[in-house]
Parts: sequence; C-alpha cells; structure tokens
Amino acid sequence: MRRAGILPTLLLLAGFALLYLPIVALVVYSFNDGRLVSVWSGWSLRWYRALWDNRQMLDSAAVTLKAGFVSATLALVAGTLAAIVLARAGRFAGRSGFAGLVYLPLVMPEIVLGLSLLLLFVELDLDRGFATLVLGHAGFSAAFVAVVVHSRLVAVDRSIEEAAMDLGAPPLKTFLWITAPMIAPSMVAAWLLAFTLSLDDLVIASFVTGPGATTLPMRVYSQVRLGVTPEINAISTLFVAAVALVILTASLVNKGLIPGRSNGDSA
Amino acid sequence: MTGRARTVTILLAFAWLAALVLAPFLVVAKISLAEVVIGRPPFTALLEWGEGAMPPALRVNWGNYALLFGDALYLEAYLGSLRLAAIATAVALAIAVPLAHAMTRAPARWRPALLVLAILPFWTSSLIRVYAWIGILGADGPLNRILQWLGIIDAPLAILNTDIGIVSGLVYSYLPFALLPVYASLVRIDPALGEAAADLGCRPLKSFFRITLPLALPGILAAGLLVFIPAVGEFVVPDLMGGSDTLMIGKTLWTEFFTNRDWPLASAATVLLVLLLVSPVVVLERRLFLRGEGRA
Amino acid sequence: MTFLSLRNVAKSFGGVTAVDGVSLDIERGEIFALLGPSGCGKTTLLRLVAGFEQPDAGAIRLDGQDIAPLPPYRRPVNMMFQSYALFPHMTVAGNIAFGLKQDRLPAGEIGARVAEVLKLVRLEGLEARKPHQLSGGQRQRVALARALAKRPKLVLLDEPLAALDRKLREETQFELLAIHRRLSLTFVIVTHDQEEAMTLAQRMAVMDRGRVAQVGAPRDVYEHPASRFVAGFIGTANLFEGTVAGQDNGLVRVQSPAAGCAVAVRHAGTLSAGTAACVAVRPEKLRLGDAGCDNGFAATVEEVAFRGEATLCRARLATGHALTLSLPNRARAGGDAPRAGAAVRIGFAADDAVLLTS
Repeated sequence: MRRAGILPTLLLLAGFALLYLPIVALVVYSFNDGRLVSVWSGWSLRWYRALWDNRQMLDSAAVTLKAGFVSATLALVAGTLAAIVLARAGRFAGRSGFAGLVYLPLVMPEIVLGLSLLLLFVELDLDRGFATLVLGHAGFSAAFVAVVVHSRLVAVDRSIEEAAMDLGAPPLKTFLWITAPMIAPSMVAAWLLAFTLSLDDLVIASFVTGPGATTLPMRVYSQVRLGVTPEINAISTLFVAAVALVILTASLVNKGLIPGRSNGDSA
Repeated sequence: MTGRARTVTILLAFAWLAALVLAPFLVVAKISLAEVVIGRPPFTALLEWGEGAMPPALRVNWGNYALLFGDALYLEAYLGSLRLAAIATAVALAIAVPLAHAMTRAPARWRPALLVLAILPFWTSSLIRVYAWIGILGADGPLNRILQWLGIIDAPLAILNTDIGIVSGLVYSYLPFALLPVYASLVRIDPALGEAAADLGCRPLKSFFRITLPLALPGILAAGLLVFIPAVGEFVVPDLMGGSDTLMIGKTLWTEFFTNRDWPLASAATVLLVLLLVSPVVVLERRLFLRGEGRA
Repeated sequence: MTFLSLRNVAKSFGGVTAVDGVSLDIERGEIFALLGPSGCGKTTLLRLVAGFEQPDAGAIRLDGQDIAPLPPYRRPVNMMFQSYALFPHMTVAGNIAFGLKQDRLPAGEIGARVAEVLKLVRLEGLEARKPHQLSGGQRQRVALARALAKRPKLVLLDEPLAALDRKLREETQFELLAIHRRLSLTFVIVTHDQEEAMTLAQRMAVMDRGRVAQVGAPRDVYEHPASRFVAGFIGTANLFEGTVAGQDNGLVRVQSPAAGCAVAVRHAGTLSAGTAACVAVRPEKLRLGDAGCDNGFAATVEEVAFRGEATLCRARLATGHALTLSLPNRARAGGDAPRAGAAVRIGFAADDAVLLTS
C-alpha cells in the first residue's frame, strides 16, 4: 500500500485538530474546579454534582430521551416505507413528486421545518407538548431514515426477494423474513441517526413543543445565551460521551454482530 | 413488488408525507396570506364564513409579501444570509476537498478510523459544537491566548459578534456535512485513473485538477448544497456568535415569530426562503439525489 | 396435451418491446431451452412464466390452468436464478427448507425433503453452512436444490451454468440431465450459450428481438436453420447470398456474386426464378478438394488455426468472399490441414447445404 506523504499527513492532522480541539477543550474544562472557563484551577467533579442537583435539567433529559426513542421508532417505520416505495415500487403516477416530498426535509433549514410544523399543529388545534414534539421530530428524521435505508436497499439483489416469492412467500412475509434481515444493519444505523437527530435538535423543538416538554437542548441554549458556564461544559461532555458510545455500539453491530459480514468477504 | 401490497405501501408512505411534509408547507402558504391580529390564533382566516354567506368570502392579503419586498430589513437579511452562507460554503469546501483527498490517500489501515473521526462530529449536537467553538474564539479563549503568547497580536482579536465569527461558526458547524460527500465521491474514483495519468506523463498536482476534481464534481456540488442550504437558514450560529447588527434570515424569522408574534409575516418570509432554496435544488436534483435509484 | 402453453404473449417496458407475440408449447417432462443473444427477451419470457412480470397481452396456461392472474407465490413453478439469489442470512438447509415452510409442511417432512434434495445435488454435510462459506459450484447446487425442493410442476432455470468455469460447466450439464431423468420434471432453461442449449435440451426455441425465430430439436435447428439469423447464431455458417436461377430434380441453383458462379443446394419447396435467397453451409460440411461434390471453388488459404479436435481454416475465393472450414484432425501426425498461402479447391455436396429465404 501507498505510504502517506508529509503534506497529506499534515493536512489530516490540521483538519481533524480543527474539528476536535474545541470539543476536547470543552471536555477538559468540564473537570475544571474554577468558575472561570478560561482559567485552570485543578480537577474537580463539582460541575457534574451541580448538574445532578439540577432537577430541571434532569427532567428535560428524560423528556429528550423519551422523545428521541419514540420519534426514532416512528421515523424508522415511516422512512423505511418510503425507502421501499422508492427502491421497489417501480414507476407510478407522481413518483417524482413522492421522491421530492421524501427528500424535502433534508434540504430545508430547521427553522422552516419547525415553523411550518408548528403552524400545522395550530391549524389542527393540537395542544403543543410531548406528542407534537415527537411528531415533529419523526416527520423530519424520517427523511434521513429513508436515505440510509434506501441506499442499502438498492444494493440488495432484487432476485433474492423474487426467489422468496417464487418459493411461496407473500410480499409481507418476504419483507419480514428476507429483506428486513438483510437491511437490518442500515435500519439500526438509521434508527440511531434519527435518535441523535431528535436528541440534538434545538430549533424544531423550540417551535413544536409546549410547556412541560422542554428538551435538553432548549435548556442548554437558554443557559448558553447567558454566557459560558462550566455546568454546560459538563452536560456537553455527557452528551458527547453518549454519542460516542452510540457510535461505538453501531459500528460493533455493523462489524461483528451481523453474521457473515465480519470477515468482509462478499457472500 | 406487485399488486395490492404495492398499492398499500405507496398509500401509507404517501399519507405520512402528506401529513408531515406537504401539509405544513401548505399551511404556511395559507397563513402567509392572512393578516396579523391579536388573539388565538394570531391571524385571520383565509375563508370568511359570514352570516350564512355561501360561498364564503376569500380574504387574500398580499400585504406581507409587499412588506417583505419593501422593507430594507428583510432584503438585507436575505442578502446577508446568502452572502455569509456562500462564503462559509466556499471556505468549508476549500478545507473539505484537500482534507478528504488526504483521507483517500492515507494508508488503507488508517482509513476506517479516519472515516469514523470524520463522521463522529456529524452525530454530535450542533449546539454543543457551536458552544465549544465559542469557547475557543472568546477574548480570553485559547486562540487569543496563544496568539498573544506568540506575540503576533497585542490585544485580543474580536472575532465573536462579527461576520467573521459567524462564518467561522458556520464552517465549523457544517464542515462534516461537506467532508463526507466529498470523501465518498473521491474514494469511488479508480486509483488506476491517477496511475494512468501519471503513466501518460501528468504530474500529481495537475492530475488532481485535470482528473480527480472533474470526476468528484458531483460530490463536491452536493457537499456545497448540504452546507449552503442549512447555513442560509441557520439560527443558532448568528444568534450566539453574531453581533447585534448581523442580519440573517433565520434569526430574523425567529424574532418575528417569537418576539413580535407576527405569524403571517413570518410565514411569508418562510415561503420566500423556501422558494429561494428549492429552486437550485430542483435544478440539481436529478444529478444529486435521484441518481442510482432503483430503476422502474 | 400441451403442458405449458404460451399464446401471443407480449410485454414491453416503457415503450421498449421485450417480448413480441410469442407462442410456444412445451410438453410435460421435457427440457426446453430458450436460446438467444442478450436482449432477445428470453429472460423476460421466463419471468412472465414465473410471475414476476405481467404480460401486456396473451395467455399463459400451465397444465390446463390459466396462471397469468396468479402472483409468483401462488404459482406451482420454481425458478433457479442466474445470480442464485440465495438468502445470505440463512444456512443451506434454511434456504432449501424456505419454500417447504411456506407450504406449512410438518417439520419431519421438511427435514426429510431437505435431506433428499441435498443428496440429489450431492451436498450432504453442508446443510449448516451459510452461502458465503460455499464455493461457486456449491452455491449453484444449493440454488438448484432449493428450486427442486417443492417438487414444482415446472422448474425454470435462468442461465443456470453461466457463472461456472468451463470445466465445471460441462460436468454440471450432465448432472443436470441425470437429475432431470430421475425426477421427470419439466425444465425450461434460459441460456445464451448454444452448446449448453444443445447439450441439455430436447427441444429449443431460438429467440431474436422478442420473437421466436425457430423451434425444434437441437439437431434440426442446427442442420435446418430457418433463417439467416438462426444459421448465424447457432454455430457458424458460410453464406452465399444471391438469387434463384433455376430448379430441377429437387436441386435449386442460386446465382451468387459472392461465389462467382451458381451454387446448387437441395431444397424441397418450389421457388420462382429471381427470388432473393441464400445458401448456408456449415464449416465442417466444406471439404478440401471438390472431387464428387456438387459445388467446387478455387480458393487461397489465408489463416490456419489448430483447435484440438479440428483445424479451422480461413480461405478466400477469387471473388474476395471468405469461407471458414473446419477440418477434423484424424491423424495425430497432422497433415490434414493445408498451409497458409496454399491454393486449394473447396467443395460441398448440395445435400449438406441449406437454402434460406428469410
């Protein structure tokens, strides 16, 4: 194999330093004992303790996790359906309009999505709260699910599904027994993506949620507006750790846990 | 997929999209033609169901659009968003293309790890990343301290609350969005093409511009859109990093909606923003998104 | 009675005609081959029978029953796919049992049947393997076993041997014949490989651009091609284009500018003089030396290629027309073939050539 040259190596180092140094600094300063974020005054867990005593933060964390779980599950179902239609239904009237609707949330700024979803809920006279939060998040993350699942689905040899039908399995059974196991890694990845999208989202949540369902990013945002505080560093560190854990799990699932994909040979 | 199963699947998926994607946009379009009133909801109805009047009177108010085009504030906000997003996109691509190229050139055993490193920020909260970036750029943040320690500057640079601050924040937020598609399109290029170019007497730098870059252009364009579109409508970065005089449409919309509670005007501004963003996508749509889809 | 009957079946995809009014009758218990170049519609025809495509027009009847309205999972037909389409997440046994499970057979019965077909394709002991742990030849057998396990009325095989290397392909052809004889099922095989079709099939249909060009036993199709397309697609043919000059005693004389003279050919029908016609001769029917032949030409040998069982020889007539000869290598010492540059006489009997008008 080629050896890395000096210039590419420097580029890589500089590029990834740019991406990661701010986060590393944030993590380190979350263990800082002092109140000033820029002055180091020794290791301490005091900001994590402060976080633990902050009931509001903990409640919001619970709301955020629950909303992420439910909305990711809804988005997985809806997004997978859309991906199946795009990859398997062939031509039908309005197909390009359908594809446009599937991908639209990907190319719309969050503020547009949030505002339009809110106005819809107002128009339907739905009380804003946990339910609207979940619907709003599922609505936009389903688009990401569709992209991830679709890209795997088009790579699956269609004749495998045909073989199942040829051997007597009706369409739904074919999907559950044959297609779903083959695209399972992408469905796991898509669910995780939808989950983290929901966890991260500030803008859409600010529009569609209501009293009693304030999410963690909304709390963090209102604190950040007041200035940089070590407590935010602590909660951000927990966030980053959680995401890293999720990513690690996902890559393990993709690599080791799905039999036949571990050694990278093509079946 | 054939027959009833196919029809049911299409209808289910379409019902979902109609309810959560199409309907919200239609509602926005409708409310953009209403008038603001104090009440719940804070706008007038499009159809007036008067005293048994049939058909109901249609009340269309183009005033919001007139206001958008007439008010310098909005025009500046749109133009400012486009300008800052364009600059941020150019900078992000200028970083992403060489970086992604270096990733494809890295030894094969490093590449999975590099890819994970490139993907990881994509999954991390953008709010937290903006917050971390603010920490770096602050007057007493590490950047200014290092520069001062090196003696390059005497007084801290004021980066936050300026346009430069916003651009840097946008670049930092959306760099992963640019990196992945560029990497994906570069890694698909057969290395034999570069070898063939070298074999025919082309120097590496020239072969990068003559062979690699043209082949990666669709991916680079996609990356550009993935940065540009959310950057135009970005709210968090201008809100937290911009100055009081910075105008970006995302922030203006937010203020109009939450502070002024002028929902019809905010809706009209949204409709314009959507038109502004959808038109380039429609032009590039076939090349970027519909390629490689299951044939009919 | 006809077992599988296709009547005027047509199918097009977005304006492109894939199958253009095909009628075929396939008998119970035979191996029938659909042969043709890629894009001739043979695979589409197979997919119409399997139920993956719906015909735009025409009728498909199996054993007297109209199967066109049935979805693939209700047809008593099983298919072996060109890509094998094995379920990657299931074992060999799981793949083979899949179809039996759809019929809700009792577990004991399923086990017995899986064992039976595994024995048939000689894969005993591999039931617990996953497809990616098998060689190409083994995967091919699993695909075959899976298609046979349900004991379908009709087995469809789409390029069943195309992915195997040459040696394995030849062995597998004979195995396929043996399996067919033991089970006495009806096989329809799609292939682009004429040798494969001729080895396996009792009858075959040669297809061209969505239509059936000729149906018949391999020998009939080879020795009596019905058209220039069939003559050129099955084997190699030397063609003399020309016009009918006269006819007597069952011999037709075709005046051919390519030959530079009239060519005599045996033909049963009557043709009026002046009709455009073509005389086709197989390379192995051409002889060196024209003693006792109805037709004879002077030619110069241009290229000689040793092929093992025969030597291929390319010779050019004075008219500029090139002929291909296949000369059997009877003697080990050689000497049957001429050298390049040699001036030779080439001849063939009127009985060994075919007259083509389409």
